[in-house]
Amino acid sequence: MSITSNPATTRMATTSARLARTNRTIPKFDRNPFAARSGSQENKAVNWVLFAVLSIGAIFMAAPLLWMVSTSLKTTEAVYALPPEWIPDPFVWNNYVRVFEDTFVLSGIKNSLIVALSVTIVGSVFSSLAAFALAKMRLPGKNFIFIVLLSGMMVPFPTLMIPQFVMFANIGWVDTLLPLIVPVILGNVIMIFFLRQYLHNVPDGLVEAAKIDGASYLRIFWTIILPLIRPAIAAQFILWFMAVWNDYLAPIIYLNSPEKQTLQVVIANMNVQYATQRDYPLIMTASVISVLPILVVFLIFQRQIIESVALTGSKV
Amino acid sequence: MAIDVDTTAGSWTKERRKASRKANRKLHRKEYTWAAIFMAAPIVGWLAFLLFPLGFSVYASFTNWNGLGAMSWIGLDNYVRLINDPYFWKALWNTVFYMIGIPIGLTLSLLLALALARRIPGRTFFRTVYYIPVISSLAAIAILWQWAYNGDFGLVNQFLAIFGIDGPNWLMDPTWSKPALIIMAIWKGLGYSTILYLAAVQAVPRSLYEAAALDGANAWQRFRTITLPMVRPVTFFLVVTNIIAGSMIFTEINIMTPTGGPSWSTASLVWYIWNQAFRNLSMGYATSMALVLGILVLIVTVIQFRLNRRNDFSIE
Repeated sequence: MSITSNPATTRMATTSARLARTNRTIPKFDRNPFAARSGSQENKAVNWVLFAVLSIGAIFMAAPLLWMVSTSLKTTEAVYALPPEWIPDPFVWNNYVRVFEDTFVLSGIKNSLIVALSVTIVGSVFSSLAAFALAKMRLPGKNFIFIVLLSGMMVPFPTLMIPQFVMFANIGWVDTLLPLIVPVILGNVIMIFFLRQYLHNVPDGLVEAAKIDGASYLRIFWTIILPLIRPAIAAQFILWFMAVWNDYLAPIIYLNSPEKQTLQVVIANMNVQYATQRDYPLIMTASVISVLPILVVFLIFQRQIIESVALTGSKV
Repeated sequence: MAIDVDTTAGSWTKERRKASRKANRKLHRKEYTWAAIFMAAPIVGWLAFLLFPLGFSVYASFTNWNGLGAMSWIGLDNYVRLINDPYFWKALWNTVFYMIGIPIGLTLSLLLALALARRIPGRTFFRTVYYIPVISSLAAIAILWQWAYNGDFGLVNQFLAIFGIDGPNWLMDPTWSKPALIIMAIWKGLGYSTILYLAAVQAVPRSLYEAAALDGANAWQRFRTITLPMVRPVTFFLVVTNIIAGSMIFTEINIMTPTGGPSWSTASLVWYIWNQAFRNLSMGYATSMALVLGILVLIVTVIQFRLNRRNDFSIE
């Protein structure tokens, strides 16, 4: 599924038609007509200027994060050094021991993993089954169902959080991870949308042939559809995992006991608790730990993640 | 007579259609069943965690209710209270104010995308560096920037001091607290819109630029008449999603300014709703505000889609 297979293509056609229509003036050939053609003929000087500008921008982008890592390795006093100390002296690796011994970071990681993994793994199965049915199976009114599901994207979570909270409070689920898992595990509309889109490129004949061969629908899904849409699932899976891992609003509504909180809530509470004790390095250590797993995943799957993000915009 | 024939013919085809539909239904009954099963999870999720809470919200917004005890019907009182509540208007104003960051961020990211579309040394590296804040958890980023904005020791004022600027105590200063949050939001979101723009810029066919260059269009004209219209779908997507996300701004507000900021200058609508619902336990009132938020988001989105459609016509 290339990026050009989207509404931009049609617009491209109309724009070029419009250009063709308005091109009544005689082209000037006093300069190289292919000047704007390809990268090889780009102005090298301009590129180096842009390189310099981008480098300065990159410093601004990276500096706060580098500072977070640097602070996580400092002594409590070194935080207040003027001018700021970029390379800690001495390196206090003990902060990383302390953060696991003295705080709820470890249980936070565990809880975040439980929520994020169960939601994304089971939710991906539900989403791909629904996408398969919506794209390739017969059911009267299925397009209506799809529109109805899509409409859910229009309702912001804050509008639903109060009644949802009361619902879960009534069945005694407050201060458990269940309210974070159950409402979202049943399928992700965005994922359904993209998988359905992706499945439109799969010929119907594949499914029909398997049906004639007597394969059950579950088997068709498992042996034909799933292998085909695996790359699309993987891309959406990672994005979804990151979103759940980084969520903050839903967890602070439901989770009160420190040992039951997810990592984001743990570090936010540490920020309140340890700031009064001026133990800033410990807060930064916990922050580094909350960013690190996602950063590693990102660096490994960078190409897929960036491609699927780019696709998000081009599918609209 | 003719009428007779016509009616019988009509009823005959109608009957036949009905019969064939019946046959169809029989033929595909198994497929219908399985399709319904495959779609069941997201549909159940939609009904239980979207439709039901939404309906409940509407009812609750007309009651005086602390979330635990009985709900007492008070008619439109919550909505009257909302209209006369200066805090509600302040929070709404703050939320709208934060959106100033959207056009700034989009302009910057389009410029970045244009630069990254060229053959610049280290462009993959740049892409990664600019994207890292996007994947980092907002809670960690908010904690980090809260410290960076510290008036005495913060990174931001240390940097400004290099140029002899005596920076304000950002988050403690009613004039600078909102700009501080906007700057952080731009920093965090820059990479995301850049990636979307980059894909769109790279999808513009070179022939368009060639044709324009032949006509003697300069770089600015090429940008304005080719690049800008071609990336318009992405701009539209980003504006819509950014406004929806911006209307739900909460995490950074609650972490960086836990009391709503100096003279309530940072409190956002969702933060106020959350505060009313879960700290003051006036759930009925909070629900009415949450519904107003949902309706406002819906109206703005619909207007944008309308405008987008109209622009499409004017282009073609």
